[in-house]
Amino acid sequence: MNLEFKVEGGDFTLAGNASSQIKKMLKQLNIDPKIVKRVVIALYEAEVNIVAHAYRGIITAEIDPQGVRLKLEDEGPGIPDIEKAMTPGFSTASEQVREMGFGAGMGLPNISENADDFRIESEVGKGTTLYINYNF
Amino acid sequence: MKIRDLCNLVNGTVLCGEQHLDSVVEYAFASDLMSDVLTVKTSEFILITGLANLQAIRTAEMSDTPFLLICRGKEVSEEMLDLASDNEILIISSSFSMFKCAGVLYSAGLKPIY
Repeated sequence: MNLEFKVEGGDFTLAGNASSQIKKMLKQLNIDPKIVKRVVIALYEAEVNIVAHAYRGIITAEIDPQGVRLKLEDEGPGIPDIEKAMTPGFSTASEQVREMGFGAGMGLPNISENADDFRIESEVGKGTTLYINYNF
Repeated sequence: MKIRDLCNLVNGTVLCGEQHLDSVVEYAFASDLMSDVLTVKTSEFILITGLANLQAIRTAEMSDTPFLLICRGKEVSEEMLDLASDNEILIISSSFSMFKCAGVLYSAGLKPIY
């Protein structure tokens, strides 16, 4: 099963909508709640990152009997130093993002902790793609 | 602790999710930082927060917790109530500060996660 969602940068009212839809689908498919929680925590953090940092993005989720594969591809400023971005506490988030309860430099480390396999590709001035995978 | 008793202890008002009043909750986590809440591995805790926005509801949803206590009488918007109702999340509003809510509930036996 393939699901696809568009995410608009800066639109905090809808941030989490895609994660919520994917969560409902995973629950309907009777996937182990522990895995569902890990998927949606990573996914929600990543979705908030698109809203917080990018202009727009597309989230795709592939679900099959082997596992869940998430791809979050955004058009945005990109990440100049991925290693630095992965450092807990490092953040470039705006004041607005911090007022939303995010932007403390915990997102990427938390995604990594909740993923079976996590990879970032980024090009400065173009955008960032996150691959977050789970095996059943 | 029964949600109904918890609500009385913080002099709270139930804004939505009355169906949870007889549910029992054992643990609480208090934070305004949603990223920190998302690191909590336990489900079925009550989230005590002063952050009254849609992301507080979303964070409760993603954390698998149906209980939310909003402190200092912060205004809860219609959009927040709709989103909480859609996801069967209880919202209690208290005029107490986050410190007072946490102190009262801890003294009454609600457990910390860490």
